[in-house]
Amino acid sequence: MTENIKKQNFAARYGWIFWAVIVLLFYVWSITGLKFSGLQESAGEVSKSIVNGLFHPEWGYFYDGSGEDLFSLIIQTLAIAFLGTFVSAILSVPFAFWAARGLEENKLHLRSSSGKFVLVFIRTFPELVLAIMFIKAVGPGSFAGVLAVSIHSIGMLGKLFGEAIENMDRGSEEAIQSAGGSKADMWLLATMPTIMPEFLSYTLYRFEIAVRSASILGMVGAGGIGTPLLFAIQTRNWPRVGIILLGIIVMVTMIDLISGSIRKKLV
Amino acid sequence: MDKDLIPKRTFVQKYHVKGLVGTFIFLLLLWGSAVMTGVNWGEFFTNLDQFFDLLSRMAHPAWDYTNIVIQPILETIQMALIGTTIGTLIAIPFSILAARNLIKNAVVRGVIRFILNLVRTLPDLLLAALFVAIVGIGSTAGVWTLAVFSFGMISKLFYETIETIDDGPLEALRAAGANNVQVVVFAVVPQVLNSFVSYFLYTFEINVRASTVLGYLGAGGIGVYLQRSLSSFRYDQTAVIVIAILLIVIVIDSVSNSLRERLQ
Repeated sequence: MTENIKKQNFAARYGWIFWAVIVLLFYVWSITGLKFSGLQESAGEVSKSIVNGLFHPEWGYFYDGSGEDLFSLIIQTLAIAFLGTFVSAILSVPFAFWAARGLEENKLHLRSSSGKFVLVFIRTFPELVLAIMFIKAVGPGSFAGVLAVSIHSIGMLGKLFGEAIENMDRGSEEAIQSAGGSKADMWLLATMPTIMPEFLSYTLYRFEIAVRSASILGMVGAGGIGTPLLFAIQTRNWPRVGIILLGIIVMVTMIDLISGSIRKKLV
Repeated sequence: MDKDLIPKRTFVQKYHVKGLVGTFIFLLLLWGSAVMTGVNWGEFFTNLDQFFDLLSRMAHPAWDYTNIVIQPILETIQMALIGTTIGTLIAIPFSILAARNLIKNAVVRGVIRFILNLVRTLPDLLLAALFVAIVGIGSTAGVWTLAVFSFGMISKLFYETIETIDDGPLEALRAAGANNVQVVVFAVVPQVLNSFVSYFLYTFEINVRASTVLGYLGAGGIGVYLQRSLSSFRYDQTAVIVIAILLIVIVIDSVSNSLRERLQ
């Protein structure tokens, strides 16, 4: 009986020790590499003030008609995200067709691979740096934020759109082709209608992310709620930090709920 | 055949009222957003030469800056690893408490999920700004930021995984008289371990990306140098940093992807 049981070779038997040691070394390297500055003395006090600010927000800041209040800036943040996502959804379509691999193409196809690399590059390029570059071009303000969101979002939308194209059902394309349609007919009447619901769903998903990033782009001067938030934190105006945080939480939650319910209907 | 039997389209259907109203509202929103954000394409195109000037300066990276960049890049990875680990450790009990098939008490589950949803709404840089105010400038603030950020993300991924597990082993253990802790250890953990490790690596990837900019607000890592080079208008140094970030993200992503594929 015993010879039926396959004897584990050395690697299979003790391999996990090797991996455990590697992981352990990685952690030791990380823990010793970081300088833990410890907490500054005011840490407890500051966190208490933040929590206190959250429970006693400065309600007067919610709306005062000056255009610099919470309500106007939240709307502005949403506008940045909305416009940025819309522009980027349009710009992403050519990138998606560039990066999508055809059925009979190899894994290392020149067009598709180069397109995928460009998308990785755009995705990795920090959005903050992009915002600062656009501030140089159009000056500080929410327009720079719109441009940053619309360029940065191409990286993710192009990837998701491209994958949608790769996985789409080709039946209707073939039908148009066999009925004698031209390439343009095929694209307009078969490809686009087939992938449109997926494109819309991904765009909405990206809009949810864009709302989050639009709310912090203001920290570098690209408009929206980020600017007064950073200012309030630096001047230690905790009641104002509290109301802004509440505003961001409510805004993000609402947008997630609305966009999520629309996405459920689409797919 | 009787003419009345042919279904008549209602007014709404005949004139595509829904589609037209939808399009109108969408255009109105677009127009409103454009007004709100002060879109000015004229200004954009007249100042485009400045933008290209900046790009051309970034196209000549200051390669001698590379030596200075290596240490903070490594620090960024260290921050991401420790932050993700702390976040995951906190996330495990929360994800168990939020899982529908383990906790039958809807109130407990609701409260936990509400907390998790709140944490997930906060963007990473916002957390960084708060933690810099609390613990002071340095990589400690970055670690806490990433811990909270990954806590929100990973606990959702974890409890969704727990909810998809097979109930059989749980019932078998309960029938044999196991208590709740034993059920979790011997029936839940073996079923979810692979997906947990996979999600941990995925979150680690995202945290490496996120940690590259946290330093912009003083939370340690490469972001500190990013901010320094940008505020002193040394775009050739910025270019080196961006290339370094790109390289490190690609390396971490491909290592983590191949590990995750092995786990499947």
